[in-house]
Amino acid sequence: MATPAVDLLKELEEYKYGWRIPDVYVFKAPKGLNEDVVRQISHMKEEPEWMLEYRLKALKHFLERPMPNWGPDLSELDFDSITYYIKPAEREARSWDEVPEEIKRTFERLGIPEAEQKFLAGVGAQFESEMVYHRVKEELERLGVIFVSIEEGLKQYPELFRQYFGKVVPYTDNKFAALNAAVWSGGSFIYIPPGVKIEQPLQAYFRLNAPDIGQFERTLIIVDEGAQAHYVEGCTAPIYSTYSLHTGVIEIVVKRGARFRYTTIQNWSTNVFNLVTQRALVYGDAHMEWVDANIGSKVTMKYPSCILLEPGAHGEILSMAFARDGQVIDNGGKAIHLAPNTTSKIVSKSVSKGTGRASYRGLIRVARGAKGAKSHVVCDALLIDETSRSDTYPYIEIEEDDVTIGHEASVSRVSEEQVFYLRSRGLSEEEAVTMVVAGFIEPLVRELPMEYAVELNRLVQLEMEGSVG
Amino acid sequence: MSEVLEIRNLHARTEEREILKGVNLTIRKGEVHALMGPNGAGKSTLAYVLMGHPAYEVTEGEVLLNGTNILELDPEERAHLGLFLAFQYPVAVPGVTIANFLRAALNAKRKARGEDEISVFEFRKLLMEKLRMLKMDPSFAGRYVNDGFSGGEKKRAEILQMAVLDPEFAILDETDSGLDIDALRIVAQGINALRGPERGFLIITHYKRILDHVRPDFVHVLVDGRVVRSGGPELADELEAKGYEEILRELGLATPAAV
Ligand SMILES: Nc1ncnc2c1ncn2[C@@H]1O[C@H](COP(=O)(O)OP(=O)(O)OP(=O)(O)O)[C@@H](O)[C@H]1O
Ligand SMILES: [Mg+2]
Repeated sequence: MATPAVDLLKELEEYKYGWRIPDVYVFKAPKGLNEDVVRQISHMKEEPEWMLEYRLKALKHFLERPMPNWGPDLSELDFDSITYYIKPAEREARSWDEVPEEIKRTFERLGIPEAEQKFLAGVGAQFESEMVYHRVKEELERLGVIFVSIEEGLKQYPELFRQYFGKVVPYTDNKFAALNAAVWSGGSFIYIPPGVKIEQPLQAYFRLNAPDIGQFERTLIIVDEGAQAHYVEGCTAPIYSTYSLHTGVIEIVVKRGARFRYTTIQNWSTNVFNLVTQRALVYGDAHMEWVDANIGSKVTMKYPSCILLEPGAHGEILSMAFARDGQVIDNGGKAIHLAPNTTSKIVSKSVSKGTGRASYRGLIRVARGAKGAKSHVVCDALLIDETSRSDTYPYIEIEEDDVTIGHEASVSRVSEEQVFYLRSRGLSEEEAVTMVVAGFIEPLVRELPMEYAVELNRLVQLEMEGSVG
Repeated sequence: MSEVLEIRNLHARTEEREILKGVNLTIRKGEVHALMGPNGAGKSTLAYVLMGHPAYEVTEGEVLLNGTNILELDPEERAHLGLFLAFQYPVAVPGVTIANFLRAALNAKRKARGEDEISVFEFRKLLMEKLRMLKMDPSFAGRYVNDGFSGGEKKRAEILQMAVLDPEFAILDETDSGLDIDALRIVAQGINALRGPERGFLIITHYKRILDHVRPDFVHVLVDGRVVRSGGPELADELEAKGYEEILRELGLATPAAV
């Protein structure tokens, strides 16, 4: 089913990041996926033998594994029409001046260098398949903080890398984790040494530019004991009438007493299949938080997970989805309690507009022996139009008696009375509906650093524009 | 044009039935009118229709605001022209703070009138001043609009909104209901402070109490979708003494079916 031209035009008008520049690359693999492509990627990255073998095993698993059939319809996703690897530049730069001009301009337009100067502790920028820029503040480097591309991580810190890579999300986890393991490219490698607390966020920005491509970033983050950091990823792409694929794998290890927050502001254009696996291992008394805002894409499937391994581990997942006409966003979170006195909280806010469908899917699992585990799930759905839809799929698996589990779910509509009340004060209908939506997601937006809160509110506003009539 | 809100032979209905059956009422700036009448008479319907609620269809008549027929206008356009309605049942908007909401509303109005937006700083000052006037805690501005408010808090918040938006004509629909004695006095003081030659009021109420604090210039009685009697403030006393039934009998009108 192709998007009708009219819709496409409308989307072009409304999606602010839909512009593109001519293709820029120094190498582009032929379309489709096979062993040669995998070998080529590994070869170009000058990888050790073990990584090539790992990729090939993952490829085999990917090819053998059936498509998941329990969630959104993925039948329009054609693996043969996708380009799996595009290398945009010869090397990764440490200063924006070394980034190829057109690519640099893209990121300038997205405001990345400016944000870096203003409030970020470090920035990574990925264009197509590779990180083209990575830099962390010098004072953090001196403290031993590592923030490099995943490729550099493998090259410069082979032991640390190998100790954790594929351990949090094995390639056998799901079909898309296997795909990522076979063709991964780009993403961040981060290590925060014990006790180091980074106040400002580290940010990575992912940009797709060429049509029909796949982006398969792989991020590995190790937060050592007592350390503290916040990582933010943002993503956008131009609009095409053909589909692109974004399949990332994010692995995080939060050691004893550490605190880590991973924030996503995903705003892919509406032709992107966004199928991502994000998981964190959380050790004793450590805190892990996923803040996951999904606004764009054609289909998103994403369930950030916290595996609570030791007593006192705490996991939190705050997710927000905004699905517009034709979009399906299936997200939520998983909390797996494997030790006593572990706690988790999942808050999901989904907004569906037009024929959009934003749903919650989540799992709470408490293993036998995880006494005193506590978990609370709140999922609220807001429907804007008669045609909007939302579903809730809460899965709960409890093997232990001594647990406290709470679950609240609500579905509401933007009511005529709310809209009239706000209009009677002078707001237009569109402003009124936008305000109700903004209020609905406020509990999540409140959790974001100010700059991102403003950005997210603006994105929601853009999504709402020209929508009421 | 004179500064006046004129309601002429206003008929309005829901899908099921006619509720307003020819209302006539003229409110000049500087005047305070009280509108009383039994439950179900159509008082809130009149307020809603004046503000442009989509649930009602106007079948006849006109409403002129300084000469402009506002019945064709959207609710927000009426607000921009200076109309304000304090709701009988204010609506909750969770997640939106009073401060943010009011600033957006004030700026929407200013924009529509070709004025500059108010700065965050200036707005804060204005809001704090009005909160003080209504003896409300500054933290109130940070609460979500009507979300979890007590009945009295909702009514006070309506007055706060009126004070900030500075309308030319304000309709207060039972803003006095549900207020404790002190709150009633404070709200009445608030209304009196806003009373002046630049503003007209239509105060819908069931109780003479509020009218002892806010002395009306005129009192009207609405029964079954029509204004059946108008008079000075003494009419409120008469109503209190006699009740609607007797007033209707005197007018030779039947008592409307109980609602
Ligand atoms: N939206 C509506 N749909 C159906 N009926 C309505 C609607 N609005 C008002 N009515 C009916 O119209 C009549 C007048 O209602 P309205 O709320 O205007 O009365 P009121 O004079 O404000 O009464 P009260 O003193 O109890 O507030 C009532 O019978 C009410 O049930
Ligand atoms: Mg009423």
